Amino acid sequence: MYAFELHKAKSVADAAALIAKTGGKALAGGQSLVGAMKLRLAQPGALVDLSGIAELRGIRREGGAVIVGAMTRHAEVAASADVKAAIPALVALAEGIGDRQVRNMGTLGGAIAHADPAADWPAAVLGLGATVITSKGRHAADGFFKGLYETALAGDELVTAVSFPVPRKAAYAKFRNPASRFALVGVFVAQAGDGAVRVAVTGATATPFRCAPLEAALAKSFTADAAKAAKVSANGLSGDLHASPEYRAHLIPVLAARAVASL
Amino acid sequence: MSVTITLTVNGKSVTASVDPRTLLVEFLRNELSLTGTHVGCDTGQCGACTVHLDGRAVKSCTMLAAQANGAEVTTIEAVARDGELHPMQAAFRDCHALQCGFCTPGMVMAALDLVAANPSPDEKAVREGLDGNLCRCTGYHNIVKAVQQGAAAMRKGG
Ligand SMILES: Cc1cc2nc3c(=O)[nH]c(=O)nc-3n(C[C@H](O)[C@H](O)[C@H](O)COP(=O)(O)OP(=O)(O)OC[C@H]3O[C@@H](n4cnc5c(N)ncnc54)[C@H](O)[C@@H]3O)c2cc1C
Ligand code: FES
Ligand code: FES
Repeated sequence: MYAFELHKAKSVADAAALIAKTGGKALAGGQSLVGAMKLRLAQPGALVDLSGIAELRGIRREGGAVIVGAMTRHAEVAASADVKAAIPALVALAEGIGDRQVRNMGTLGGAIAHADPAADWPAAVLGLGATVITSKGRHAADGFFKGLYETALAGDELVTAVSFPVPRKAAYAKFRNPASRFALVGVFVAQAGDGAVRVAVTGATATPFRCAPLEAALAKSFTADAAKAAKVSANGLSGDLHASPEYRAHLIPVLAARAVASL
Repeated sequence: MSVTITLTVNGKSVTASVDPRTLLVEFLRNELSLTGTHVGCDTGQCGACTVHLDGRAVKSCTMLAAQANGAEVTTIEAVARDGELHPMQAAFRDCHALQCGFCTPGMVMAALDLVAANPSPDEKAVREGLDGNLCRCTGYHNIVKAVQQGAAAMRKGG
């Protein structure tokens, strides 16, 4: 790999200052960043390791929300009894990310800051209408994911936690790409405490999106049949060697129906 | 630039000055001569480089040596005790769960992590638990059998 500087931050403020000063990038679990640096898809001149910042780790229930620290690993979410009791869909989602080794290192904050088009966490953030809490303030989920590997975060802005409102019901269904284990398509369905329905799709375009036809169908009737009957257009969906836009469009209502049926 | 790291590897404390770009697997193999940890893909896909970091299985090709600063690292070299194969290793041998053996250290390290979390995994749990480990030779069948047999031996305290 190419040479770079490495700094270990003691606090969020220290990390943000080091990133601003060096023009570098945060290092969380490294499960996306280290691989990208080996291939020089990312070439930061400095890394700021967040692993020593205790305040970024952990899960807590606060009123009607579950707050997960940015440095909390996927495996910790998968094993959390608190998350299981409040939002079991998040446990299922975290258990399905990559493989054991990846889940033992990869973090929530890294996953959403990285904003891989096929990543799982963005579907939950958008599907639950979560709030991304950062070193500079808060971002609503709608508008946070801007494009391919692009978010609303400023260059020196750190995700510190995500606040997930506890829904009445929620579920995630994913069609795994068997080689990469990422989502060929993943669909997160949720019915909020006030009954509002949100459906978020990942893997189907450069950035996760809310699926209006499915939200309308499930708002009328929160059933698998209603989801399956919804029509999703292939227009604008990704096509690649793994799946055509038409196939992805077909998968979206199928996975939404599977998610609803699992509840 | 170099950074100083102190970690425990297979029970021994190690302090070294490393270039930040040094991967954990490079440190283990090149600096400590622990060549039991293999590099298969170097891209985080195959699991041949699996070691334990504070008891959790991780891919040592997809992390920096500096990320293991302050941690306890266990490699395949520390799995056998007093010249006796660990029950999981013995099960791999009994079940013909290896052919060329390239994937085996990573498979054993991943299997031990899996069994620590689930002492009696069924076939599905073993297959899911070894999702991060690829084998080009065996077709996995005997590996799955070995992990279940190894887990059973470990439950008996063997
Ligand atoms: C084999 C393999 C399979 C995988 N399969 C899946 C899968 O099925 N589904 C899935 O969703 N993901 C998958 N991943 C990706 C994995 O979930 C990563 O862990 C995750 O995307 C990034 O998290 P990280 O902690 O490793 O972040 P890093 O790799 O350390 O960082 C990623 C990016 O986020 C930035 N960053 C990190 N933390 C913060 C923060 N707190 N604030 C601001 N910026 C930050 C970094 O600067 C970097 O740009 C897989 C990875 C591998 C290697
Ligand atoms: S060599 Fe590390 S995962 Fe293949
Ligand atoms: S035994 Fe040859 S790769 Fe598994």
